[in-house]
This record gives sequence, C-alpha cells and structure tokens, in this order.
Amino acid sequence: MAVAATTKTGARPSRAGRRLSAPAWVGTVPFFAYVAIFLIWPTGIVIVDAVKNPSGAWAFSNLSEFGNPVLRGYFIGSFKLCLISSVTGAVFGAILAYAVASGDPDGLIRRLYIAVSGVLAQTGGVTLAFAFLVLIGPVGLLFHASWYFDFPWGIGLIYTYFQIPLMVLVFMPAIDGLKVQWREASENLGASSWQYWRHVGGPLLLPAFLGATLLLFANALSAFATIQAWENQIPYIVPQQISTALSSEVGLNNVNEADLLALGMIIMVAIVMTGYALLLRRAARWLR
Amino acid sequence: MFRAVAIRFGMGKLLEEALVRSPYRFAFAGVAAAVLLATGCSSSSSSGSSGSSVNWANETSVSAGGGMNALVTAAKKEGTLNIIACPPTWANYGSIINTFEKKYGITINDAIPDGTSQQEVDAVKSENGTAKAPDVLDIGMAVALANTSLFAPYEVSTWSDIPAAQKAPNGIWVQDYGGYMAIGYSSKYGTITSLNQLLGPQFKGAVALNGNPTAANAALNGVMMVNLAQGGTADNIANGVNWFSKLKAAGNFNPVSATGATIKAGTTQIVLNWDYLNLPSYVGVTNWKVFVPPGIALGGYYAQAINKDAPHPAAARLWEEFLYSQAATGGQNLWLQGGARPVEQPAMTSNSSIDTAAASKLPTISGTPVFLTQAQSTDAANYLAANWAKAVG
Repeated sequence: MAVAATTKTGARPSRAGRRLSAPAWVGTVPFFAYVAIFLIWPTGIVIVDAVKNPSGAWAFSNLSEFGNPVLRGYFIGSFKLCLISSVTGAVFGAILAYAVASGDPDGLIRRLYIAVSGVLAQTGGVTLAFAFLVLIGPVGLLFHASWYFDFPWGIGLIYTYFQIPLMVLVFMPAIDGLKVQWREASENLGASSWQYWRHVGGPLLLPAFLGATLLLFANALSAFATIQAWENQIPYIVPQQISTALSSEVGLNNVNEADLLALGMIIMVAIVMTGYALLLRRAARWLR
Repeated sequence: MFRAVAIRFGMGKLLEEALVRSPYRFAFAGVAAAVLLATGCSSSSSSGSSGSSVNWANETSVSAGGGMNALVTAAKKEGTLNIIACPPTWANYGSIINTFEKKYGITINDAIPDGTSQQEVDAVKSENGTAKAPDVLDIGMAVALANTSLFAPYEVSTWSDIPAAQKAPNGIWVQDYGGYMAIGYSSKYGTITSLNQLLGPQFKGAVALNGNPTAANAALNGVMMVNLAQGGTADNIANGVNWFSKLKAAGNFNPVSATGATIKAGTTQIVLNWDYLNLPSYVGVTNWKVFVPPGIALGGYYAQAINKDAPHPAAARLWEEFLYSQAATGGQNLWLQGGARPVEQPAMTSNSSIDTAAASKLPTISGTPVFLTQAQSTDAANYLAANWAKAVG
C-alpha cells in the first residue's frame, strides 16, 4: 500500500485503510438514479399492473392467463424464434470469430471484421426488414423467396443478420483467451488436433459459447420492429401481442394484458440471464 | 410530470429550492388566474349571455351560443385548433385543413398524423388541461363508444341531415365519413370477378390486409367482408377466418405491412381496404383497380367528437360546423373529393348540393349496406383474438 502510494505513476492512489470518501460515493448517484428511473421503476409498474384489472383493483387471477393456449402460443413463438436465431447465429458467429482470431491480431482483416460487426450487430428494425424486402420481397431485386415469410425459419434467418456479428463481438475475447502454450503443451504430449479440441479447447470454450448463445437469445427476445415491418398482419411473438394489447382499435386493448405479457418476458429474460451469469463465472476462471 | 416523478422518488427535497423559485410559482399563479377566470365567466353568463362572454365549452349548438358570427369571432380570438391523427393524404384532410385555415385565419396543429384512434384518446387523457391537448377527434366507432365520458355533446347546424343511426342522440359523437370494404389490385392481374379467384396460383404472395385484424379496424372489416362473401353473417366471422387460412395455405397471403408506399413499390399488389383508401388517386399508382364482391356492402364510418376539456372550445365547434357544411368547399364535399363518403351524402344528393363529379368516381356498391353493431364488432374481435394467429400462423 505504502509502496503504491509512493510510486511515480500515481495511477493507484492509496485507498486501503481509509473509509470510502464522499465524492467517490456521489459519483455513482447518476448511475443508480438512472437505473432506478429507467429500469427498476418501470419494471415495478409492469409487475404491479400485471396483477390488476383495468379499473385498478387487484386481480391475481390474471396470472392464470399464462395457461391460456392463445397467450401461451405467443410465448412458444417467441421461444422458437429466439432459439433458432440464437443457435444459428452462435454457430456461424463462433466459426467466423475463430477464423478471424486465428489471423494476425493487428491485421487489417481483423480490425475490419470487428468494426463491421460492431455496426451490423446494431442493424435491425424497419431498416433491416426493408433491406430484405428490396432484395427478396414480392418484387425483390434478386428473386422472390416467399418462404422467408414462413415463421419461424424465414424471420429467424433474417435475425441472424444481426445475431452473427454480435456473436463475433462477444465470442472473440474467449478465443483470444486460449493460450498458445496450452496447444503447445498438448502437442508435446502427443495429442492430435482433434484430441486438443475434444479435451482442452472445446471444454474451455463451451461455457463462453453457451453463455454467448444465451445473450443472443435475450437479444432476439426483445426485437420487435423487424418482425412488425416484415409481417404485421399475423401476430407470432409476445412483443407483437403487447403492441396489440396497447393499441387495438377493435376493442381488444387491455393495458393489464400487456403488462402481464411483459411480466412473462421479464421472467424469460431473468432465467436466461441467470444462466448466462452462471456460465460466465465458470468461463472466467480460465480466461484471466 | 417530471415533478411528480421526482417527488415520488423522494428527490423532492433536493429539487425543492429550484422548484419553489420558478415553476411552482407560475403554476399557482396559473391556477389562481384560471379560478378567477372561471368564476368571472360563470357569473357573467348567469347574468345573461352578451355575445363575447359565451363559454363555448358548454354550448351544444351554434344557435344556443348566439349564432355563427359569434362562434367565428370567438374561434378567431382563440386563433388555434389542435387536431390529431389526420394524415394529409387521408380522405383529403390536407385540403380540408388548408381551406379551413384560409377561410378563418386559424392555425391548425395536426399532432401525430399517422396515429391510431386509441392514441388519440390516450392523448386526450395524458395532455388533459394543457394547451396541447387535442380539441377534436376523428376516431373509429369502437374507440368512440368506449370513451364517451371524454366528449362534449354538440349538434351541428346540419344535424337533421345526418341519419339517426349514424349519430349519438345527444351529439356526443357523430359519424363523419366512411366507405365500403373493397379489394384493390394491380391491373397486371387483369380483371378479378370473384373472391375465390384469389386462391389461384397466379396470386402467390400477393393478397394483403391493412394490418392485423385483432388490432386494426380496417383489417377486421377486411376479414368480415370475405366472411359475408363466403356465406357468413355479421354475427359470426368464422367463414372469413377459414378463407384466410386457405389463402395462407395456398401461399397467397402477403403479410408485409401494407401502405401507400408498399403499393407504389409493388410489394403490395392486392389489398383489402376501405374503398376511399383503395382509389388510384390515393395509392398513387394509375394501374390500380377495385373489386367489390357483388351484393357485399360492408360499410364503416369514422366519427367526430369534441374533447370536453378542449383548450380551444370555440375553434373546435367551428371546425365541426365546417366539416359538416354542405357548401361546395365545405367539409362534406371535400371529403367526397378525397374518395370518402360523407355522412350527409344521401341528404346532399336530394338537395343537389353534392359534388356530382366527385360522387361519380366512387366504386359502385350493390346490395344492402351492412354496418357492424357494437356487439357484432366485439364478437368478431374476440373470435379473431382466439383464432386468427392459429388460422394463419
């Protein structure tokens, strides 16, 4: 401690042995205030209103709606779409990430891939739907692929457009974490390439791979604008039904149903993100 | 709004200083002024209405408020009118707004032009009491009937020319314009003469509704029109849903959001929609034709309603007088020029004030007009909520 305090760089001022100073604590206030207003408060409203009826009285019987086959259908639709797009995105993204990572770490290709992935991972919504519409829609420039309208495969493949780049971004650090020495050690012991992947590389990357897949799953769950622009006449997934419950002009608008559906999505995300955190903890042991 | 949020979060103490210094003071001053104003108004109107002191928010007709001149003067004094969800390309609203602004020198603010009926009502509630709140609404019947407590009763001068079935007895809502369900299609398909033709292989990925029928009224009526043409009744929409199930199985259903832009781009080639949204002039393409199954006349009208807490009560009522005016450049004929059927069309046809050139451009409708009752519309919506996704998914 004393040594650190007296080093020339001064990068780590002495903290140990003293109470947290007031200015340091104040620095976190904007963050926590932000989280409280934009995350915790709205979540609380959703949870409370999910178990109320339109006149504001408690109605815990709302929860039995999760057993309603129509409502359950939207959750199954969301699950299928997220599963297909996250698994496809994860597999192709991982292969791409490995290919890029095994190249020159400072090379042009790698920098290009990272930069492009950063942009494409954020491309979604109406822009993306429009791009596909122009290329393969009913009067597409390339051809008309009507099966792209089939749920969940068609829209699932459209989702991979942003899922693969996201996978590249989140999986690359894990591949970079594989130490060359491990591979050399296994080769010195006579392991074949397959044996290396089967017993060393694979088990090391698996938690990171599964964790990243769960992240993609959660990413697809909330995507709404893409499917709404692509096929808005048929409700398949939960966010579409939330939209109907909020804005139906034929008398099916029910804010509490929207809250209930949102609660279902919160539960889905909570399960997925818990899994992600557990896997990440396991993966982090090896990737320090 | 932010103040309420801050106080709820216990941050009131932190902000107290700043708030006391300005907004609260103005708010209190505002409330005090409003109270003075309100008491002033009521006392003067109770002592006999003398032109300028009429509170138009309480008047239920132009004559009760002292005549048209008094209304125009009061509206001009307000100077502004807030309307909401009136797209300039929809039913000729662009020209209606311009004509009104020029005629009376009143500025019109059109909030969220592409909004839905429900969003209009939400705006009335959320902006209640502010100068931004919508003065008048143009909304679908389901939403109108569910929110009558928000509206002020008003009978326009042409009240007697509006069919009794198309207005609330006290004028809390009045239907304004509408049309009949029709199938618009690109003329590259030749001439369509029957609904079942659309199940054929040359219509792959071509047939669209105007939205999701559990959310959009035009889409629900599209399914209902098919239902009637397939031998169903207005009480049971099942035949229509079954037909769309067949359409989907044939690969002919086009689920892309249908708009004027997608029709122009060629993405939407056949769409079931109100006839006034299916005119070549509206969709902006010349090779556009309309087919209505013979004998099927499924009508739908929008309704006008005045916000009972309208920030510009006189301008709101003047707008209604203008919209229901039978003059050559009044609202009724202007709607007609936009391809919509104004509610006073039958009366105007008999008294010859109708724009005959515009009327002759409307698609021909045969059969007895069917208008869904509130119960029929609700039943159809509930059936769709339970079966639509399953049938076409």
